[in-house]
Amino acid sequence: MIEAGKPIFMQIAEQIENDIIDGVIEEETPVPSTNEFAAFHRINPATAGKGVNRLVEDGILYKRRGIGMFVATGARQRLIGARTEQFRANFVGPLLSEAAKLGITPEQVSGMIRTESSTERKGSNS
Amino acid sequence: MTDTAVRVTGLTKKFGAFTAIDDMSFTVERNKIYGLLGRNGAGKTTLMQLLSGQQFATSGSLEVFGASPVENARVLQSLCFIKESQKYPDSFRPEHVLASAPWFFANWDAALADRLVDDFRLPLMRPIKKLSRGQLSAIGVIVGLASRAPLTFFDEPYLGLDAVARQIFYDRLLEDYVEHPRTIILSTHLIDEVSNLLEHVLVIDEGRILMDQDAELLRGSASTVVGKKTDVDAFVAGRDIISRDGIGGLASVTVAGLNEAERAAARAAGLELSPVSLQQLIVQRTTSITQEPEIKTDAWSARA
Repeated sequence: MIEAGKPIFMQIAEQIENDIIDGVIEEETPVPSTNEFAAFHRINPATAGKGVNRLVEDGILYKRRGIGMFVATGARQRLIGARTEQFRANFVGPLLSEAAKLGITPEQVSGMIRTESSTERKGSNS
Repeated sequence: MTDTAVRVTGLTKKFGAFTAIDDMSFTVERNKIYGLLGRNGAGKTTLMQLLSGQQFATSGSLEVFGASPVENARVLQSLCFIKESQKYPDSFRPEHVLASAPWFFANWDAALADRLVDDFRLPLMRPIKKLSRGQLSAIGVIVGLASRAPLTFFDEPYLGLDAVARQIFYDRLLEDYVEHPRTIILSTHLIDEVSNLLEHVLVIDEGRILMDQDAELLRGSASTVVGKKTDVDAFVAGRDIISRDGIGGLASVTVAGLNEAERAAARAAGLELSPVSLQQLIVQRTTSITQEPEIKTDAWSARA
């Protein structure tokens, strides 16, 4: 679950983000405590705390004094916005540059995407 | 001072002509888990003996909780040192060790010790002479955890412990540390097993501090770049190269600190990037470069 070579606090932050995007943790509900994250992932609690704090700084989580960390209202929409931008940068950009290398036009690429997604949909229906 | 458990300045320890600890300076902050890592003979045990007042420094200064540990009852009471080959009186059984531990450790938790005895399936009534290597290590681990000493040293405490028992050790260490934060210095060769538990890493080599870093900063501080030798060489030129390997026209070079833009540039140049684990990083940093990797490449191309 925790991979080597990448700061663990970032992985913890990403996992919480994924849980919020997937709706596993809903807005205005609590996230597990730092110590629970530490025990579950077998990591140093200070490291888990760093991951949680990063999301607090980003306004995704907020602290209710004496109770714990909660997901902020609107967090899901903001995360999806940020991830959409990352998706464009990490996938669409490289996709088009590879396509250009092979002489595939952007129109042909979008045609490929349409064909692919319709076959995929058929595949998942059967 | 309040946040510092250990402060070492210019510490040197010589055994005759051999310099075991060579002008070391570092601090250990309170309530963190430190990894003390390094190769055999790097000076880890000597350093821990100095910190626990079992050896005298040749020169330099050394403070544990604000004072020298040597012959200092206040400091020594707050220490627990678990070593690989602890000796016990011949007639002792594990129950004697656990019964006498509260005399030495003010924070001793007998209930925790009992639970750990069950976890490790330690036979309390069997003479210590008849215990297996792993069971002996289990006694050390139990004492180290249940003592709850403000500064606990574990010097390779796992000898003979099987994988299950080692996992129990790591889990219980983390659980109890969360409940009762304290300073823990863990010396180990099994870096991959413990790397996620550590908050700070001290790597020593030939009696000197090689790395003194936050474990999180260290993770992800290096990447291995793999690709065509010419492309790799062009990319890594002028960078901090940690290690280099190659086969035929392919090269694999580990470099320090790549930012997002540089990673993107590497991928754009058709190079493959892979992460480096803490263990790999430390192995590469503590391997003296004795052979030019070029030799390998030449041998390979000569055969081809």
